[in-house]
Amino acid sequence: MAYMHIGKDFVPPDAPGKVTGRIKYSEDYTREGMVYARLLTSPVPHGRVVNIDASAALAMDGVVGILTADDVYPDGEPQSTGLKILTNEPTLVGEPILAVAAVDEKTAESAMALISLTIERLPFVLDPLDSLREGGADAYTGGNTFVFRQGFAQEKWTSDQITSFQNGREPSAEPQQSWEYGDLEAGFASSDFVYETSFSTAGYPHMSMEPRSAMAYWENGKCYLHGTSQSLTALAEPMANIIGVPLEDFVFINEATGGGFGQRSRAGSIPSMAIPARFSQKINRPVMMRVTREEEFTIGGARQGLQGWIKVGFRSDGSMAAMDMYCVSDSGGKGGGGDANSAAAGVSALYQSEAMRFRNTSIGTNTGHRGAQRGPGENQIMAIVAPIMDKAAEALGLDRLAIRKMNAAQNGDVSGSRSTPFTSAYMPEALEMAAEQFDWEGRKSRSRQANGSKVTGLGIGQGYHNAGRSGMDGIVRMLPNGRLQMHTGVGNLGTYSYASTSRAAAEVLKMSWDDCDIITGRTDRHLAISSPQDGSNSIFTNTRTAYGAAQDMLAKMKEIAAMDLGGAAADYDIDGSRVYQITDNTVGMTYATVAQRALELGGKFTGEAEVPEDLNSLTALSVSRLAGSALMGIYHDPRHAGNPPGFAVAMIEIELDTETGKFDIIELVNIAECGTVVHPQGLKNQLVGGAVWGIGLSVLERHLYDPQNGIPASTGFWQSKIPTYLDTPANIGTGWVDLPDPENPVGARGIGEPSMGSVSAALNAAISDALDGHLFDAAPVTTDMIINHVAGISEEAIPLAQNNFRG
Amino acid sequence: MYPVNPKLTRRRFIKGVIASGAAATSTSIWYAANGAERPPGAVERLIRINVNGQVRSVDVPPQETLASTLRYKLGLTGTKLGCNRGECGACTVLVDDIPSYGCSILTHSVKAMRIETVEGLESANGDLHPVQQAFVEELSPQCGYCTPGQVMAAVGLLRANPNPTREEARQGMAGNICRCGSYDSYLNGVMRAAEIG
Ligand code: FES
Ligand code: FES
Repeated sequence: MAYMHIGKDFVPPDAPGKVTGRIKYSEDYTREGMVYARLLTSPVPHGRVVNIDASAALAMDGVVGILTADDVYPDGEPQSTGLKILTNEPTLVGEPILAVAAVDEKTAESAMALISLTIERLPFVLDPLDSLREGGADAYTGGNTFVFRQGFAQEKWTSDQITSFQNGREPSAEPQQSWEYGDLEAGFASSDFVYETSFSTAGYPHMSMEPRSAMAYWENGKCYLHGTSQSLTALAEPMANIIGVPLEDFVFINEATGGGFGQRSRAGSIPSMAIPARFSQKINRPVMMRVTREEEFTIGGARQGLQGWIKVGFRSDGSMAAMDMYCVSDSGGKGGGGDANSAAAGVSALYQSEAMRFRNTSIGTNTGHRGAQRGPGENQIMAIVAPIMDKAAEALGLDRLAIRKMNAAQNGDVSGSRSTPFTSAYMPEALEMAAEQFDWEGRKSRSRQANGSKVTGLGIGQGYHNAGRSGMDGIVRMLPNGRLQMHTGVGNLGTYSYASTSRAAAEVLKMSWDDCDIITGRTDRHLAISSPQDGSNSIFTNTRTAYGAAQDMLAKMKEIAAMDLGGAAADYDIDGSRVYQITDNTVGMTYATVAQRALELGGKFTGEAEVPEDLNSLTALSVSRLAGSALMGIYHDPRHAGNPPGFAVAMIEIELDTETGKFDIIELVNIAECGTVVHPQGLKNQLVGGAVWGIGLSVLERHLYDPQNGIPASTGFWQSKIPTYLDTPANIGTGWVDLPDPENPVGARGIGEPSMGSVSAALNAAISDALDGHLFDAAPVTTDMIINHVAGISEEAIPLAQNNFRG
Repeated sequence: MYPVNPKLTRRRFIKGVIASGAAATSTSIWYAANGAERPPGAVERLIRINVNGQVRSVDVPPQETLASTLRYKLGLTGTKLGCNRGECGACTVLVDDIPSYGCSILTHSVKAMRIETVEGLESANGDLHPVQQAFVEELSPQCGYCTPGQVMAAVGLLRANPNPTREEARQGMAGNICRCGSYDSYLNGVMRAAEIG
């Protein structure tokens, strides 16, 4: 289909502001009379605040106040897991206990030194298996796990059960969560190759570049919060609830977000923004809370580490007959994370196993809080499964590409515990495209070839994430001067999706992009609700709403034209910002004239009547405030059917030095299968960014804690080891299949997360290939592990260790 | 590859901080930004620094970092703080043409030097600098938080080496982390900027 905007590059309106430094992040704002809040955080991994004596601090010149958990939870803290605004019951080092505000940060910092904090130390634990073991410490006061709707509970395994699991055998304990489909037993019975192993994947911090600083003030009963988010509007209402202010009195300002990879999409994962808001309310001054890198590490969230056991069966033709997976998930200090379930759903989607069983038990540790992080679960498990696919191919005498094609998801396939059908799926095409761009056929003979100490390894990886939602709203307005205003609630987190999804509205109305304005950046600009922009869903979800709102406007424009110029609405078409009669295109009205007529007509044309009933509350509020201001297109998106998948395929060639354990990436291509391409440059950025993240997951990133005291040791960029220019190749090849999805009006699906899993999986497979097919069954695979393997000694000091050095 | 400014070593920075009486930890340096009282006999605080071609008078305690002065005293918030401890490059500015971490330089130590920030790159008529223009054309930034630092690192690199190979560009930019992983797009931007000149 020939589009005017979809599939074309453009300059997103915020790009010049990013290269000039003019665009503002929350910490770039100041306000007359602003004071500075500093956080006093927990020095212990698990404890209970017994007493806070702040009298000396409060007596200091320049100190203006203190905010404690008792201030923000006058009725007591919620007895559940999840990050609190402030807490008297810290379950990790660095958790905010109180805040002090002063005229400058140095004074606030000095004042904190005068606060006498008495904390009762409680037992702590850093590895889920240590807590599961009988007699092991519990991360939370009420137990070591939190069961939905039931509360805290204690889960224990015998020492024998733990040791057996660590030795690679199937856990025998009853899991907390399970699902299965197909006949697992028959699947394994019919398998010609069965592989079984325990595995572990590491958790690690988000480390968004922008620390989650926030500034707030109150004016005329309204709370203004300058903050950071992945989704401007999806976060606003729950944030208002956390602060305790009615939505109509809350203004969330967030022009740009310095990186969001899961932990800034929902208010519950960033309640720290309520600190300046509540503090400002208490002391009646604007409050800036600058967050340091160390604090960002602590409250910024982390990926779940998984300790698992997996068994996979293949028939002689390479088809996956059965997959059995059991995970122990690290829920960290504040609970949270559904990675294991997503991992299983991801394997089901990508490899189409005929029978499958998933079991999981989530256990807390006194480490960073866990939650969604770019491809939570799917990306960890793909790095474990990809080398197993190669093992099976080798055992069955099949080509490594062929075994993936044999199991690839296609149109008509289903996946997951409910056998949900894909909206569309073109994995074979993606594999084919990657093979061609990478020259798989030409390169495959290089596999395992040695040149001195250097060995070539090749890897193929596949990534998946469910990549589309629905049920959100759209608002567009046509001004009397003929400009289109697109009131998007989509956040500006670096994907440019706030702009690219809005282009679906310009497409419907066939408008020149120069005549369109994106209205965004703060909720008092009256925006439509967007989905929480996690789960790779923004493109799918929010093109549906932009498109729908523009369709509503189009229908209204035709109705006005028919009213004024005769005939029926169906007799009209549009082009060149004009509505005209199909039979005589000289009879028509410009969009500007239509908008002027709408203002005279009012009612449904200007959002003053016949507003869709089922709008989300934030959208309804915006519409009520915009009503009567212009010709309006308003839309509530119904639910879609099926699972819109985001797929990616990567191929990698590495040269691994067996003397140093280091490797160079010689070639890397990352191919997207995400429906119609909406914004090529944006998609390319997701593919290269995902590749960098994939390298981090496979070989670099980690979560380190001092076992003696539970103190985090990887609070900085370098210790947590996020990839740099030098850890990643100078060139990353990208491409896309570009076939439309029927459940989206412009054919689009998301890609942000699969683009990481594909590369992580391919890299793990390539390392395994370079080492004669050896499986580490772990990520990250560190240089130490490689060297230890080459030297024939134990690869990991503690089997399945979490929150610890590996190797 | 560009030269290292011998006057701005980490050792000099730490010595400066210790001499100023502040502990050499990131939090202390950060919060020192807002100024302690000047004890009798301490060094002059009202200093003049040359920023983007303009000489600015500013009250700076001796332990204040350049990034703090730029952001919180001069309102030049284009210079970002990602870590405030010399790990990420978000605070990169040019000091006498050399890319330098603003969070790890004491303002007092650059009184006699030329400081350039991202705000100083556009021409008088508002045209973007070739690096900025190239970064827009290649859509190099993602979230944009590391971008001002990447821009300044690229400007410094291209002044020292106007026609780098991609590998030289990769090495030259290596002090700047991008959590969004936009390295490939930034390198495309650097190479395009070298073409635009
Ligand atoms: S803020 Fe200066 S290096 Fe990170
Ligand atoms: S663009 Fe987000 S950190 Fe570089």
